Amino acid sequence: MKQKWALLAFIFTMITVLIGCEPLLVLDPKGPQAETLSNTIWISIFTMAVVVIVVLTLLINMLVKYRASKQPDDYEPPHIEASPIVESIIIGIPVLIVAFLSVVSVVSTYQVEDVPEGYEDQEPLVIYASSSNWKWHFSYPEQDIETVNYVFLPTDRPVEFRLYSHGPITSFWIPQLAGQKYAMADMITKINLVADSPGEYMGRNSNFSGEGFAKHVFNVTALSPDEFDTWVDEIHATAEPITEEKFDELLEPGHLGQLTFTGTHLEFAPAPEGEHGGHNHGSDDSHSEDNEDTSEHTNH
Amino acid sequence: MKIDHTQPLEYSTEQNQLNILGFWIFLGAEIMLFATLFASYFIYENRVGNGPSGGEIFEITPVLIETFVLLTSSFTIGLAINAMRLKRTKAMLVFLGITLLLGLGFLSVEIYEFMHYYHVGATLQTSAFTAILLTTLGTHGAHVTLGLFWGLFIMIQIKRRGLTPATANKSFIFSLYWHFLDVVWIFIFSFIYLKGMM
Amino acid sequence: MEFFERFAVPHPSPLIYASMVAIGLVIIAIIAGVSYFKKWGYLWNEWLTTTDHKRIGIMYIISALLMLFRGGADAVMMRLQTSVPDNTFLDAQHYNEVFTTHGVVMIFFMAMAFVIGLMNFVVPLQIGARDVAFPRLNAISFWLYFAGAMLFNISFVIGGSPDAGWTNYYPLASNDFSTSVGVNYYNWALQISGIGTLMTGINFIATIIKMRAPGMTLMKMPMFTWSALITNAIIVFAFPVLTIAIIMGTLDRQFGTHFFASTNGGMDMMWANLFWVWGHPEVYILILPAFGIYSEIIATFSQRNLYGYKSMVGSMVIISLLSFLVWVHHFFTMGQDALTNSIFSITTMAIAVPTGIKIFNWLLTMWKGKIHFTVPMLYSVAFIPLFTIGGVTGVMLGVASADYQYHNTMFLVAHFHNTIIPGVVFAMLAGLTYWWPKMFGFMLNEKIGKWAFWFLTIGFCFSFFPMYITGLDGQARRMFTYSEATGFGPLNMLSFFGAGLMAIGFVIIVYNIYYSFRYSPRNVGDDPWNARSLEWATHNPVPEYNFAVLPQVESSEAFWDYKKKGHKLFPDSIKKIHMPNNSGLPIIMSGLFFIFGFSFVFYIWAGVIISAIGIFACMAYRSFEKDDGRYISAEEIKETEDKFGGAGQ
Repeated sequence: MKQKWALLAFIFTMITVLIGCEPLLVLDPKGPQAETLSNTIWISIFTMAVVVIVVLTLLINMLVKYRASKQPDDYEPPHIEASPIVESIIIGIPVLIVAFLSVVSVVSTYQVEDVPEGYEDQEPLVIYASSSNWKWHFSYPEQDIETVNYVFLPTDRPVEFRLYSHGPITSFWIPQLAGQKYAMADMITKINLVADSPGEYMGRNSNFSGEGFAKHVFNVTALSPDEFDTWVDEIHATAEPITEEKFDELLEPGHLGQLTFTGTHLEFAPAPEGEHGGHNHGSDDSHSEDNEDTSEHTNH
Repeated sequence: MKIDHTQPLEYSTEQNQLNILGFWIFLGAEIMLFATLFASYFIYENRVGNGPSGGEIFEITPVLIETFVLLTSSFTIGLAINAMRLKRTKAMLVFLGITLLLGLGFLSVEIYEFMHYYHVGATLQTSAFTAILLTTLGTHGAHVTLGLFWGLFIMIQIKRRGLTPATANKSFIFSLYWHFLDVVWIFIFSFIYLKGMM
Repeated sequence: MEFFERFAVPHPSPLIYASMVAIGLVIIAIIAGVSYFKKWGYLWNEWLTTTDHKRIGIMYIISALLMLFRGGADAVMMRLQTSVPDNTFLDAQHYNEVFTTHGVVMIFFMAMAFVIGLMNFVVPLQIGARDVAFPRLNAISFWLYFAGAMLFNISFVIGGSPDAGWTNYYPLASNDFSTSVGVNYYNWALQISGIGTLMTGINFIATIIKMRAPGMTLMKMPMFTWSALITNAIIVFAFPVLTIAIIMGTLDRQFGTHFFASTNGGMDMMWANLFWVWGHPEVYILILPAFGIYSEIIATFSQRNLYGYKSMVGSMVIISLLSFLVWVHHFFTMGQDALTNSIFSITTMAIAVPTGIKIFNWLLTMWKGKIHFTVPMLYSVAFIPLFTIGGVTGVMLGVASADYQYHNTMFLVAHFHNTIIPGVVFAMLAGLTYWWPKMFGFMLNEKIGKWAFWFLTIGFCFSFFPMYITGLDGQARRMFTYSEATGFGPLNMLSFFGAGLMAIGFVIIVYNIYYSFRYSPRNVGDDPWNARSLEWATHNPVPEYNFAVLPQVESSEAFWDYKKKGHKLFPDSIKKIHMPNNSGLPIIMSGLFFIFGFSFVFYIWAGVIISAIGIFACMAYRSFEKDDGRYISAEEIKETEDKFGGAGQ
């Protein structure tokens, strides 16, 4: 048995060392949402570590004390009926732990779904992020620009990503800024996040979407608001406008580098929200009015 | 086989009792099957895409005929089982025969109904709504079709072998199945047709 | 020629061609071997047409072990491919097919079959029954499973394997994005074996409710039987959901409907919902029998009664109910509102309570016991801490907000392997070792078994613990490769090393079976482990009628009472015993189902119609068939019992 505990100790040390020398992405947050998540994860790790330690201690105790080699040959283990007190303890304590974590879960879930605290008064920057096989298209309706496979964000301003997909279900994930959310073809999902320090972050699709999935990634760059505005102006000065034809070309399956356009594809290929949402997506206009009333519940 | 004469014929052997219990459990699974179909139906009900909605394609007359015919057949199979309990083989066969004929009638009207949907442009491929409608109705219809053959086989066996613990057991289980299909139809009638036409 | 083109593999590689040759050679070798030893008659009469629950159980277990090696080969290929950055051993398409088949084979054809195999063998013995309620149906269940498994397994050499993950999410699995016939295989293989599983569920519920030995009330059933009862109840209520989901998927792919499409009213999330409404209970279909096995083994080798019998039963009932109320936690990230996620987060974590009760009850079963570290007990002892880690990471995943960071990462992969391997796989190996003498009349070598155990346990830790870390570092699951800059390389290499150790462990287990078959003593007695429940009250190996006389039961440990308290287990005298006849119908019907499924996969309508007619003809034949079984006379039983030395009387 000793070998196993040695092994477990080894693995535990390894984990600590690895965490020590280079912070893991998820536990190295660069914005309030990711920080909430990181804190939640640490709380649950510590709580759960207590459970594991208790179980391990009890187990080792039982194994050491009651192994056959330590007992006299004629020892007959007694018949023991469950004691109500012991039973209520082993029910009660897990109930308390689960109750505690439930509170943590509910509070943090509401927190990360909302605009981060302290940023509610600012108007969020809306960016539509849509996936196609195997690219990400970022449309900035406010700035009237569109990028492919990279996204620039102003720091200290809430950003609202509106996600949808031109193909299979994908999952939009920037581990250091916020948790992931699915992008689907027939509805919009939203991520609210804030980047509080400038830098470059990894973003990717984390939901398996076919052959090109492994390289379905994008770069996130957080800039100060001034630099962000400069970047937008530069694009308006240099980039080509996106056309329907060009956009259809971009949608073809494959990988592309980073591209920049003025205008957004939302003008000729609207996102599945409002009248274009839910089951109306893909149907012609004459029918979409009839079903106005039902599109709401599909956008929950 | 030990036969216990204090029990009704269909329960009289150990295997018979097992068969009936087993069939009840199977009906539990069938309830889940149709429950899943109904749940899916409710979700797809308004997702009609470019196709028609329920209110636009449902016709009251065939549905009422189907309902009437199937409910009557549920009554006649009850009479058949009653006749079986009274050991009146001939009456039982007559009632079973009527049940199956009514089942056949139901199926014919349902086929007519499907033709109608086809003509008004509501096929499996039209929209998610028409697909789930036809899948739900079709699953029920397939059960009825299977039941027709099953019932026919049982009638032949009763004719050839008389009322034995085995044939009585089969008839009783078949009656459970038939009643169940009837109950499912009541749900289809209320939650698909009535709800759709209102 | 055009007809045959459809059978070509869309993404051929030397590996696949090599497998084709290997499969061909193995089939030829089997046919030649059986013919050479003139065993066709034996095989047909004693095994292929059998309705004996013990033999069906053994056939399930053999198939499960075969599937374990198929799925294991997939696993090693995946670990090898990801062991170094930018590896080119497999390309993306192959990797996708490999992880898809790994998941499907391991869940449906390995774990399910292993669980059902052990249930088949053990449950009737534990409740003192002669067979299951519907022996013929039981054979049909097995052969349908087998037909489904074979159908799925030929996919990679004929027409191409499914490549949309074992979860098979639409629209990825639709014709638009998954163009080979792979997903058709997925649909039909699972549909056919799923029918078999549903029949098993019905069969075992009826068996356990109606066929228990006199005196065995529900609360006096051994814990494994309890777990089997609850598991089968979950099967009966969960599998119809999968049936419907797969029908809808098949209609979408093969008949042009729009259930899961994004046009004409379709809804891709519908598949995910239906799949997981079945899928989460499925997890408990696998783990509850494992809990049952551990309960038997820990009590036996601690020489103590199981602590907290009632709370053990109660917790399983609660788990089974909760299992239907948590499916949304598989997609917290699908954009539901915070309220929905909160509710499902709480129901998910609530499962930790009954599971925790079980862990503590097992610990308290060892308390004041006399613990013998046999191979089955070693697996059980390793299970407790490892499964606890798997369980607590499950609670961590159940925190909805944090799941936004774990979802779709290696953290999740580590978690569910951490529950399934020490939970289910260890339980199956422990159960197999434990009941092996009942099945074959000799014991597996303990020393070799312990070597296998250490390789598996250490290999497991190396294989899966690093994934928790890479997951938190942002490694998504199902990536066929990654760049060096990510820094995932060393930990993935460690995983590959662990997978290698596990592979060696499984090879040792096979060697152990061979070694023990050759060298183990055959006179092990009826009760080699000093066990407690009824299955040990009959002979080794078990005669076809199980018990010459039906046992009389007074507690959940009838055999222990007999040994220690002078309880009279067999009060009656020997009478003639009714047994079911063998039948060739199940294997023939399943063969037709195989042809039906195969034809459907490739749209060969003539094959579909002919095999469907054949299937209905089998059913009609069964309806008219008169088969009242046969009797074994009292004299014959006495003769057999005398040969066994009359023990157990």
